Amino acid sequence: MSMTLEQSPTTGDETITNYTINFGPQHPAAHGVLRMVMELDGEIIERVDPHVGLLHRGTEKLIEHKTYLQALPYFDRLDYCSPLCMEHSYVLAIEKLLNVEVPERAQYLRVLFAELTRISNHLLNIGSHVMDVGAMTPNLWVFELREDCLNFFERASGARMHSAYFRPGGVHQDVPLKLLTDIGDWVDTRLPELFGDAMSLVIDNRIFKQRNVDIAKVSKEDAIAWGFSGPLIRAAGIEWDLRKSQPYDVYDRMDFEIPVGTNSDCYDRFMVRVEEVYQSAKIIKQCIAEMPEGPIATLDRKVAPPKRGEMKQSMEALIHHFKLYTEGFHVPAGEVYVATESPKGEFGVYLVSDGSNKPYRCKIRPTAFSHLQAMDFMCKGHMLPDATAILGAIDVVFGECDR
Amino acid sequence: MAVRHSAPRITSNEGVRDTLSAALGAMLVDAHEEHGEILLRVKREQLPDALRLLRDSHEYQQLMEIAGVDYPQRPERFEVCYCLLSLTKNHRIVVKVNTDEATPVPTVTHLWPVAGWLEREVFDMFGVLFAGNPDLRRILTDYGFEGHPFRKDFPLTGHVELRYSEDEKRVVYEPVELAQDLRQFDFMSPWEGADYVLPGDEKAEPTEAQTRGAPKADEPKTTESAKQTGAGAKADAKAAKPVAAGEGASKDGGKDAPAPEPTENQPGQPAREGRTTDTAAGTEVNEDDPRADEDAQDGDKS
Repeated sequence: MSMTLEQSPTTGDETITNYTINFGPQHPAAHGVLRMVMELDGEIIERVDPHVGLLHRGTEKLIEHKTYLQALPYFDRLDYCSPLCMEHSYVLAIEKLLNVEVPERAQYLRVLFAELTRISNHLLNIGSHVMDVGAMTPNLWVFELREDCLNFFERASGARMHSAYFRPGGVHQDVPLKLLTDIGDWVDTRLPELFGDAMSLVIDNRIFKQRNVDIAKVSKEDAIAWGFSGPLIRAAGIEWDLRKSQPYDVYDRMDFEIPVGTNSDCYDRFMVRVEEVYQSAKIIKQCIAEMPEGPIATLDRKVAPPKRGEMKQSMEALIHHFKLYTEGFHVPAGEVYVATESPKGEFGVYLVSDGSNKPYRCKIRPTAFSHLQAMDFMCKGHMLPDATAILGAIDVVFGECDR
Repeated sequence: MAVRHSAPRITSNEGVRDTLSAALGAMLVDAHEEHGEILLRVKREQLPDALRLLRDSHEYQQLMEIAGVDYPQRPERFEVCYCLLSLTKNHRIVVKVNTDEATPVPTVTHLWPVAGWLEREVFDMFGVLFAGNPDLRRILTDYGFEGHPFRKDFPLTGHVELRYSEDEKRVVYEPVELAQDLRQFDFMSPWEGADYVLPGDEKAEPTEAQTRGAPKADEPKTTESAKQTGAGAKADAKAAKPVAAGEGASKDGGKDAPAPEPTENQPGQPAREGRTTDTAAGTEVNEDDPRADEDAQDGDKS
């Protein structure tokens, strides 16, 4: 922090000029490794220059050196708060190039787990947003629910966070019936109870509203020009949800509503997420009710591996398995841009294939990049402590922003 | 081709390519439609005009992404792809321009402020210049980074590595030193006569096939004469040679070797005083002990 004292030319009194502070990269409210160079006039923010890239790992370059299947786990490590939604865009991009059909059960399983991921992501964001503006208890409560979600992921895939569960052509494994019934029970009982309790503490709370209402208002035009997506564009009053407008997998069969904000401030963004948790729960219930029996990955053996039991019997299945896990499958040349509605907004994958077994280029469109860029104009004229509320309402995770 | 995948379904592409091609007119270089994507290549100098036309007259309101792609073999090696989204028509297109290291692409920050960082990223990763971008700094790489990492000729490991130096009490940059070579496996099928040295086989003598070229599959191997089998005095002599150099293991199996010296006392230490507990009784079978029987049976089993 540097502060300059100058002689005022008119009065001879001391005046304080703007001074610059570093917000982060080690700051509990920076949600990771964000460094923001802030120019302050007293406690009013004049200018923000976010420095990103402190977690840049060159994921896109690494993906070019891996086969399509080997590159999949990198996606879990992008937005590590919603790993399955990251995989979703990637597997859909591959399937679009391959034009491969995914069995219904796999589509239902993907939607089910993508929504469970959405809940767990929103729970984390809601909790940390609330804590950034001063409330402790709700965060502890919603973390308990998030823990339940992670346990469900573990039971489906074996891993709590980096599941690598969605695969090109379907999902990795089928789930036991008991897991589906447990998720159903959890959505019916525990989630609404505990989440409702936690939210009743904050949504009408006077202090919480004072910290969020009318903070960082963004007009519809600005939201479009700055490339907003997800809860931020919905809070701005634009009814835009890729699950509804550009449905993928079985989202077109799901009956859910898109919450829309009216005031486009931090409080609206928060409330949009709260409502989305309930809508996701609704989708999960429909998935469990409608999910058909059947295969969980495509039967095209040039894309998805055979079952282990089949490999013990059939030489051909063994060869397929071997070839898939060494050489991998070849994807027809071409380029696609596939975007899905991740919990944080539009998460896109621009995949260029040259016909070999490795992607020629895989550009990842992070949600946080365009939202963070807008920090400057959203923070302008607000107080320094508002920056934490604005950042919390953006919902940024640096694994994804920096790639 | 029938659509079988379940990727996001947007409004039909039908007629869009022709409409947009006609609207762009002379600005367009070529227009493709493949895998359900509409790809329009426009002239570099007229990119802002083309994008403004698409935004204002054709309802592509949002710029979602600018992606750089490197094709080193092309004369203009970089491709910059602008992914546009229409919220009202519910449609997506990709607009591309080509450029090289030296020629700048006109900026579109005046059309979409979001382009600022997206252009910075393409500049940082590929070294594509954007004329008119007011803040063309590096964005994702380290402060003071050199080079453009996503170019195809930039090594995967980079050029420098960073560590904390205990001597200098700060982080230092050093040229990359790999303890093990980066393993680049060639997974493409080697069955069709590899005429190159297989990875990991570099130290081996080049086989006849490699010096000659691919094996001749149309000449079957025969062993009709003794010469063709490779048998003879030379092969016998080679087979009789001991495998390892030097003396082999002794043939008597170490029968006459003396027993090792007891290690009761440690050399240089005073001898242990007092009586040593005799533990021999503990290993003898006690007839009265009920467990003795079981132990014996266990012993039989094993």
